Parts: sequence; structure tokens; C-alpha cells
Amino acid sequence: MALAALPVAVPVIAATLLAALKPFDPPRRLVLLTSIGTAAAVAVFSAILLARSGDETVLLWFGAWTPRDGVALGVSFAIDPLGAGAALLAGTLAVGALVFSIRYVDPSDDLFHALMLVFLAGMVGFALSGDLFNLFVFFELLSTSAFVLAGYQIERRAPLEGSLNFAIVNTVGSFLFLFGIALVYGRTGALNLAQIGQELARQPPDALVAVSFALLASALFVKAAIVPFHFWLADAYAVARTPVCILFAGVMSELGLYGIARIWWTGYSDALGHEGLRAILIGAGVLTALVGALMALAQTHLKRLLAFATISYLGLFLIGVGTLDSDGLAGAALFVAGDGFLKGTLFACVGIVQHRLGHVDERALQGRGREARLVAALFALAALGVASLPPFGSFLGKALLEHGASTVGYGWVTAVFIAVAILTGAALLRAAGCVFLGLGEVEEMEDESDVEEGEPAGETEPGRTPVVMALPAAGFLAAALAIGVIPGIADAAVRAADRFLDRGAYAGDVLFGGSESSSVPQPGLGPHWYDWLYAAISCAGALALAWVLLLRPAALRGARRPLAGLRALHSGHVGDYVAFAVAGAAVLGGLCAVTLT
Amino acid sequence: MSAPALVVAAWLLLVGLYGVVTSRNLVHLVLCLGVAQASTYVLLLAVGYRQGAQAPIFSDIPTSAPVVDPVVQALTLTDVVVEATVSALLLALAVQTRKRFGTVDPDEIGELHG
Amino acid sequence: MTRRVRLALFLASAVGLAVVLGFALAGLPGFDADLGRYASFVASHAVSQRRGTNSVVDVAFDYRAIDTLAEELMIFVAAVGAAVLLAHARDESDEGQAADLEALRAPSTSDLLRTFGPGLAAVAIVLGVYIVTHGHLSPGGGFQGGVILSTALVLVFVAGRTLAAARTRPLAPLEVAEAVGAAGFALIGLGGLVFASVFFENFLPLGTKGSLLSAGTIPLSNVAVGIEVAGAFALVFAELVDQMVLGRGGDT
Repeated sequence: MALAALPVAVPVIAATLLAALKPFDPPRRLVLLTSIGTAAAVAVFSAILLARSGDETVLLWFGAWTPRDGVALGVSFAIDPLGAGAALLAGTLAVGALVFSIRYVDPSDDLFHALMLVFLAGMVGFALSGDLFNLFVFFELLSTSAFVLAGYQIERRAPLEGSLNFAIVNTVGSFLFLFGIALVYGRTGALNLAQIGQELARQPPDALVAVSFALLASALFVKAAIVPFHFWLADAYAVARTPVCILFAGVMSELGLYGIARIWWTGYSDALGHEGLRAILIGAGVLTALVGALMALAQTHLKRLLAFATISYLGLFLIGVGTLDSDGLAGAALFVAGDGFLKGTLFACVGIVQHRLGHVDERALQGRGREARLVAALFALAALGVASLPPFGSFLGKALLEHGASTVGYGWVTAVFIAVAILTGAALLRAAGCVFLGLGEVEEMEDESDVEEGEPAGETEPGRTPVVMALPAAGFLAAALAIGVIPGIADAAVRAADRFLDRGAYAGDVLFGGSESSSVPQPGLGPHWYDWLYAAISCAGALALAWVLLLRPAALRGARRPLAGLRALHSGHVGDYVAFAVAGAAVLGGLCAVTLT
Repeated sequence: MSAPALVVAAWLLLVGLYGVVTSRNLVHLVLCLGVAQASTYVLLLAVGYRQGAQAPIFSDIPTSAPVVDPVVQALTLTDVVVEATVSALLLALAVQTRKRFGTVDPDEIGELHG
Repeated sequence: MTRRVRLALFLASAVGLAVVLGFALAGLPGFDADLGRYASFVASHAVSQRRGTNSVVDVAFDYRAIDTLAEELMIFVAAVGAAVLLAHARDESDEGQAADLEALRAPSTSDLLRTFGPGLAAVAIVLGVYIVTHGHLSPGGGFQGGVILSTALVLVFVAGRTLAAARTRPLAPLEVAEAVGAAGFALIGLGGLVFASVFFENFLPLGTKGSLLSAGTIPLSNVAVGIEVAGAFALVFAELVDQMVLGRGGDT
């Protein structure tokens, strides 16, 4: 179907044309119109693909190279609802992010917009692709655009360091990705995911199969900031401009988890053991969620706080993916969508604060946000949404995910979800209380930790919040709400997840052009009474902890020492990060080799 | 028969990563990344190599002659381009680092921590 | 972490990774196995299907053209990225020096280089164009030829001429070339959609094997990529040299 290539082709052509026009100084309106229009077009195309893929996988074989005798010759986009949904999320967040960026006037604007469009094209291509090497290439494309976008305000030192750490650690990840591809190709002679699945299912697995999966997973773990591959994320997200952060936190990192799910289910699910992988993924997810939440509590730099909150939630998403169950995966998908928009709101609010007041650290901002009432309300609501306030999409997703986890015997993760919701919610609410209400005793800011912000200087406008900034913030919040209330969305998600998990049907669709679709209509799914109870506990807990942190901080002074150890590990030194990543790859490789074969 | 090539690939990767972890200079670090990337080229091409086969260019040889794997060569070409891109960007960052921090020693660049 | 701890962590992990990789690599088929089904199909059918004799280029520009599009966009990102990451470096102290940029741009070179540089550049251009246009017939292609073409531009610079005349927009032709090349490749893909049925379908006549105008859109794609790569690498080089030159003027 021809439409399938357009969400990638259109932003690519638009981006290259913008870059070609740059020496001729095109009018700013034209540039903005092109970029926002293109992002909107991507969202529309993705929505159409989402609708079309509801019944059967939408296939596009580039170059008209359809498979012969079950051998894939060309590269395919194999689009199912989860992939199209991810593309739609990327497109929608991009529209909001680009609207937000209207306020920033910059001499190299055309290049910024060109890069954002290429970044968008890379993410969409990654979400739609059905070929392992094509996944790698789009992965690299989105990564390299991301490095540049992270380092955009390069006059400051912090974006420089953030971009460096990001680029180097992700490149190490790409080496692992390539090793994984080479191993799989050597074994199966195929690059198409469906064909790889067919070949691997034929023979009993050995170390090569398990290790190749571990290497591919390690590379995607770097992108998805799973411990111990996560160190770069806080550095990069803390310094990138707000529109860029919206995309990073809302969809880019989550695509790493999407990639793992896709590669596992289409390639390895009939070759390697599920029980072992479940334990590994859920374990990694729990660890990441807790580390992220604890580190978030310790931050006063708002963006770094949001970055660690993002890491923490990526751990929760991984738990959902790691249940290897359709409810868990469906829940994770809804959770990602809802939370992605909430993170968009939070980053947009921080961006507005930065625009109006010129700072991003709580210590410099205490009480100065009193007049930004709209921003305060949006931020607080989003923070509660993160603490699983119903009826946001994140609440629905979380509920579904927890069902899935208990179906496979991991019901105890609910406790982790509640704990993480309380910790991250409290960190966010504490920040809100400090900045917007002036609460809390805040230490003096030491000069050497005065991290320079990554936003345009000299643009502070204390009086009002610009409409183009408030609109995306409110819009994202509304979208997060919508995901929670659209009727039948949980059913649709579970049906989509069922198809995602069905390796045989996928292979049939892709290689032989037709399959028996075995989707069983589910009984009405929705949150049960205990999910509302958990949500109430999480929100109340978050508010209570935030109150303690703001008004009775002495009560928690004992927790500082162990936390300091964790903080020391996040040293900002790229050699440390790479060492941890190699350690993680070795451990993951060993675990997979031992438990999955 | 292919063991030496595979050992070389693994060795290059580990040595390159060693260089990255212990580097005292960002330009040196970028070159170490290049070494590690070379391991992926060696591995990909080793996976595609066949004993006694020729290059997959058919201007002089018949189409039925045994050749090495052309797909893997196209993948390696893409890989080379990826490395070139990343190196260019990292070197630009290294130049900026020298300018802003006055040094290119990773040990001494330390704004972001905690 | 201290250097020692970091090194210890790394060495332990490297040993572990080596063991893990060892077991995995041991499972690869050796050099005497048959080619996989994908590769054997391409090797045996590429010529008959596309009339090009370089099956690697066939794979890169036809069977897997979308990969090459993304790869080409990466070069685009490299060039744009270098411009973004380095152009912002011109702060106030540099502005004053920019006026002397013209003078600084021509570093002192030997007479030998100045005499032979243009000649070598001419050879490089011919070679580059040959490799780009004959990519579908003999080893080579857009990427390889494009790099050679960019070295021609670099040689011209090193031999003492400036890359472009205007001071304010010295790099404009390169920026345009580079972006147009990238757009061109994408448009060829779109042409496949418009003139045939699918994105990147080869829609031009295939011609006879071995002749220059064969293999449909493949030579055109090669040319687009060649222009883009040449522009991009020359641009990156120019940006880096600008920094070097400014730096030299700055801190003596």
C-alpha cells in the first residue's frame, strides 16, 4: 500500500528542501508552516495506517520486491496497530513540540526544523519497519539526529557534555546491534524479521541465538535507558531544548522497548524460552524503575528530575513488555501513550517556566512561579497523572499491565508500581510546591553546580505565558486524558497485542500474503475496583510524601547517605558510562545464554 | 577455518572499547570508536565470505559462478557511512569542547553529575 | 569512579563479554557453507533482473534502496549537524576575526602543492565521476565516488584556493548541493511511486547489461548520492577547517 511510505518520505523531502533553501534565507513563516504541516501530515498518515491495519497487517515491499518462495528479497514495512500507534504518537508529539518552538527565534532555525523532521522520519521508519537491518538503519538515523538536537544550544557547556555522552554511549550500543545482526544473519541468511522467525523456529536454539538476542536487546536497552545502560539519558535530557525533550521523553526512548518487543515476538519467540526472559526483563525493569525514582527525588534541576522520572517509567514499561503476555503488552502500549503525553505536558511546563523566569533549578525558582497559575495547574495535574490519577491513559494502561503481570505469576510488581508512583509523583509535586507555591526550605545554590540551561538566553518574559507554549502543554494533557476515556480502547489494545504476539500469523502475512487471523473477542476490559484503590494509594502517597519533603524535610535526612552513593555513580564521565554498558552487555549475554536455551 | 577472522573481530571490539573507557583525549576516543566499529566490518564480511569464491561483480564472470555474499557487503557499506557520520559529529563536539572547556580530557569535563 | 575502579569494572566485563561472544561466534557457519537463500537469490538473479553487473550496488540501490535512503540521510545529518554544532561557535570574539577570515583561509602552502594541487584535483574529479557513474557496472558507486569527489574539493583548498568566494556565505553551494542530492534520492524513490506502483520501484528502462545507461534508476541514484556525499564531506571539512583557522588566529 503506497500510503505506508509517506510518513517517512514526506518529512524526508521536506527536511532536505528546507536545508536546500537555507542559503536563500526563506521567510520564517514558510519554514514553520512546512515543518508543522509536515508533522501534522505524518500524524494523519499514521492515523490512517492505524485504522487500516486493524484487520490485517499493512505491507509495503519497497521496490516491489515481493517475497519468492518464502524468501524475502526486499525491505518491507509491516505495519500493525501497535507500530502505527507508535508512529501516531511520534507525529502528534512532534506537532506539539514544533508549535512550542515557534517562540524560539534562532538564526539556524531552518536547520533545526530540518533536523526535527529527519528525526521524526527516523522514528516513524523504526516503528513501521519489518526488516532487522532496516530497523538498525532507522535507529541510527534517529540517534544521529538526536545527538545534534541535544547539542543544539552549543554556546553553553552543559549541552555539549550531554550530547557527547549521548553520542558515545549510543554508538557503543550500535556496535552491539551490528554484532547481533551479523550473528543472526550468519545463522538464518535472512534480514526480514518474519523470515528470521521462520528460520529460527526450525532448529533448537543454541548460544548464538540467545547471545544475538542479548546483543540486540543491549543496544535497545541503551536507547530505552534501562539500568545499567541509562546514565547518558539524564545528561542529555537535562540540557536539550524543550521541544526536543518532548520528543525524547515522549516517544524516542519508548521506541527502544518497542524494538525489543518487535524483534522478540517476530524473530525469537518460537526459538528461545519465555520464562527465563520474563524474569530477566521484569528484573531489569524493576531495577530501572527504582533507581530512576530514587534519583528523581534527589534532583533540584527540573529537567534532570524529569529525566530520571522518565527513566523510572521506562523501567515500568519494560515490566509490561517483559510479561510476554498480551494484556501486559497492551497495558504497556496504553501506558506509554498516556505517559508520553503527560511527560510532554511536564516538559512544556518546565519550558514555559524557563522562558518566563530564566531558570530551571528549584533553588533559583522557589516561589517565583506564583503568578504562572495555568502552568502550575497543568504541571500539578500532570504530576498526579504520573502518580496514576484516573482517568488518565496512564491509569488505564497501568491497570491492564498489572492484570497481565498477575496472569503470568508476577503480581507482586503492583507493589513496585505503587512505590514508584509515590516516589516520582512526590518528586514532581515537591518541585511544583517549591516553584509555584514557594514552599519548602531550599539550600543555597552552590556556584559550581549552577548548571547552565539549554534554552535561549535573554528571552525571559515574566508577564505572560505565550499561547504557542501553553497550547501544546494543555493539548498534551487533554490527549493523555483522551487515551484514558476513549471507549473500547483497552479492547482494541489487547486485540492489537494479541496480533503482535502471534509470530505465525505475522510470518504468514508478510511472507505468504495471507493468514488465519486468530483474534478472539475479549470480554469487556477495564480497571477493576482494586485498580482504583491502588491509584488512590499512589496519589495520596505522592501528596503525603511531597508534603513531608516540603515541610518536614528533617524526617528524611537519614536517607541522604545511601542516596549519595547512587548519585556518585552518575558521574558525568563517559568512560564510566561505557564501562557500565559493557558490563551490562556481558551480564545480559551470559544470562540469556544460560537461561534461554 | 573462519576462527581467525572472528577472533580478530572480537578483539577489535574489546580493544576499541578499552580505548574508549580509558581515554584521556576526546579525539583519541573518537578514533577508538572507529577501531571498535571496524570490528563490525570484519564480522559482517567474515559472515559473508566463502572459500574459493569471487567478488560479486559479474562483468567478467558468469552469473552462475560462486561468489561471496553481496548482501553483507551492502550492509558493510551502510555501516561505514554510519561511522563516518558519527565520527564527524563527535569531532565537531570535540572541537567545541576544547573551545568551551579549554581541554579535551574527559576526566576534566564534569558539569553534569549527580 | 576512580580510573582504577573503572578499569577493573571494564576488564572484568570485557572478559565476560569475550566469553559470551566466543560461544556465540562459534555457532557461525564456516567459510565452506553455502550462501543463505537471500544472498544466493541476489547473486544469481541480480544481473538478469536489473542488467547491472555490480550486485552489491544492486542490493544497495534497488533491493534495499530504503536502507540507502536512510544512510544517505545520515550523511545529510552529519553535514547539517557539523554546521549546527560548529557554526554556533562563532561568538563575539570570533566575529572580529571573521573579517580576517579571507586572509586566514589560505594557509601557507608549498609551491609544490600549489602547482600540483589543481592537477591532482582534476584527476580526482575524473576518477570520482567515473566511479559514481559506473557504480552499477564495476566496483564503486555513489558513496565511494562521492568521497573521492570531496577529496578533490579538499585538495583545491589545501592548494591555496578558497572554497567559495563570498565571505558571508562561503559554503552556500555546498549546502545546496548536499541537500539537493539528498532530496534527489528521495525523489527518485517517490518517482517509483508515481511512475510505477511502489516507492523505490525501478521505473526507468533497464537497457542492456554492461552499458552505461542500464539498470534503470540505479545510475541516477548513484549520481544523486555522489553529489550529496561530495557536498556533505566537503562541507564538514570546511566547517572543521574554519574552526581550526579561527582558533589559530585566536590563541597564539
